[in-house]
Amino acid sequence: MIRFDSVTKSYPKQNRPALNDVSLDVERGEFVFLVGSSGSGKSTFLRLILREERASTGQVHVLGKDLARLSNWKVPQMRRQLGTVFQDFRLLANKTVAENVAFALEVIGKSRVQIRKTVPEVLDLVGLGGKEERMPGELSGGEQQRVAIARAFANRPMLLIADEPTGNLDPQTSVGIMKLLDRINRTGTTVVMATHDQQIVDQMRKRVIELERGRLVRDQSRGVYGYQH
Amino acid sequence: MRAQFVLSEISVGLRRNLTMTFAVIVSVALSLALAGGSLLAREQVSTMKGYWYDKVQVSVYLCNENDAESDPNCAKGAVTGQQKQQIRTELEKLRVVDRVYHESADEAFKHYQEQFKDSPLADSLTADQMQESYRVKLKDPTKYRVLQTAFSGRPGVQEVQDQRNLLENLFNLLNGMNIAALFVMGLMLVVALLLIVNTVRVSAFSRRRETGIMRLVGASSFYIQMPFILEAAIAGMIGAGFACVLLIGGKYFLIDSWLQEKIALINFIGWDAVFKVLPLLIAVGVLMPAVAAFFTLRKYLKV
Repeated sequence: MIRFDSVTKSYPKQNRPALNDVSLDVERGEFVFLVGSSGSGKSTFLRLILREERASTGQVHVLGKDLARLSNWKVPQMRRQLGTVFQDFRLLANKTVAENVAFALEVIGKSRVQIRKTVPEVLDLVGLGGKEERMPGELSGGEQQRVAIARAFANRPMLLIADEPTGNLDPQTSVGIMKLLDRINRTGTTVVMATHDQQIVDQMRKRVIELERGRLVRDQSRGVYGYQH
Repeated sequence: MRAQFVLSEISVGLRRNLTMTFAVIVSVALSLALAGGSLLAREQVSTMKGYWYDKVQVSVYLCNENDAESDPNCAKGAVTGQQKQQIRTELEKLRVVDRVYHESADEAFKHYQEQFKDSPLADSLTADQMQESYRVKLKDPTKYRVLQTAFSGRPGVQEVQDQRNLLENLFNLLNGMNIAALFVMGLMLVVALLLIVNTVRVSAFSRRRETGIMRLVGASSFYIQMPFILEAAIAGMIGAGFACVLLIGGKYFLIDSWLQEKIALINFIGWDAVFKVLPLLIAVGVLMPAVAAFFTLRKYLKV
């Protein structure tokens, strides 16, 4: 699903590479936590998977494709098979919940019939049935994140990338979001989630990958957070 | 779904950027109106050239009694019947000459009086002050020099005058004005281009949230860029529409109802010339902003 082969990513004007010789595999259907302090390279790791950045050296394979050899115009096709969720939800404030989910399907050219069928389904799945016509501003943070997850999952991606999805939420709401991500994972979607939330990592007992100053320092199945603030 | 979605994006974009869109429309309209105007002026000059060169003649003025006293070219006295005859035969023998007309002093006086009928000048000359002349029509009006070398300075000839010279000054003036108009048009086009680039940039910035999400969910860059490009193209098209209205108005009010009545002598351009220019303006008005937007977006909307 994801393979990093001695991947190094350096940004111009920075002495230390953001990622330094990282190699790892993520198999289909896995749930992976990505932990590490700020500046450890988590974001760069995720950006490489999304091909918002290209590796300086080494190879990144996602969904069986070598991203270095993927031409620019094929990137959108690749991204349609990925779902992404962020800490700040990234919803459109002037569109309703249903329109926000529909927007993601419209812009990849899905038919009206398909959209009409998919949107309620996926909103039910994330537990927002009945709130289709609400505006994002009227919802709680947890509900907004559910909309974002619904949008990411609407196209049934093989891989879901979550960048601190519970970062703005209280512990109780976070548990709800984690349950939802776990359910999505059980449908066969691989989930890679960057997080600072020790409690969640310790509770879920999933694979944990830890980065420190750009290096992979721990890769543990059924791991704990282990990193002290 | 797609078309509807794109259309709503465009109308939102155009309204959000109303002032900038207005600026783009005005600058495109003005620069294209100038472009069209100078194209038409060029067309006008060439129709005038065709019309007048057809009519212009080289005049070979012959000396009369008055000239014999005042003009050094006629120092040998007024032209004699024999000289006239000889000049005529030689003129007709020349290969560049198409036809030769003779204008007597009386005829010249009559023409003069007709031409200045309403002016006090009409009475300022008398018939015996007018000159007899040969009006020579050339096969090729540019071959005037041949005549000049052959006849000027001959006994009985006062002056060989090419009417084309008089027109040439006018045409040079018109061409100069045309070049000035093209220069202004070039500046206006640059202004329009910069405005378009800036408008697209602002537009892309104000919608970065939408475009960011579109990128994330895998919308193709064509799909992301199209609303911006169409926005620019529509603004350009409205501008081109105004430019067309300006040109049509100019032709109708300025030429047809004003100039044509004032200056009956000039053959002005017709509607066909105007309608030939309009599609060109629309094409430029649509394509230029679209291309400018495309290249701007390559910089500001990375995949």
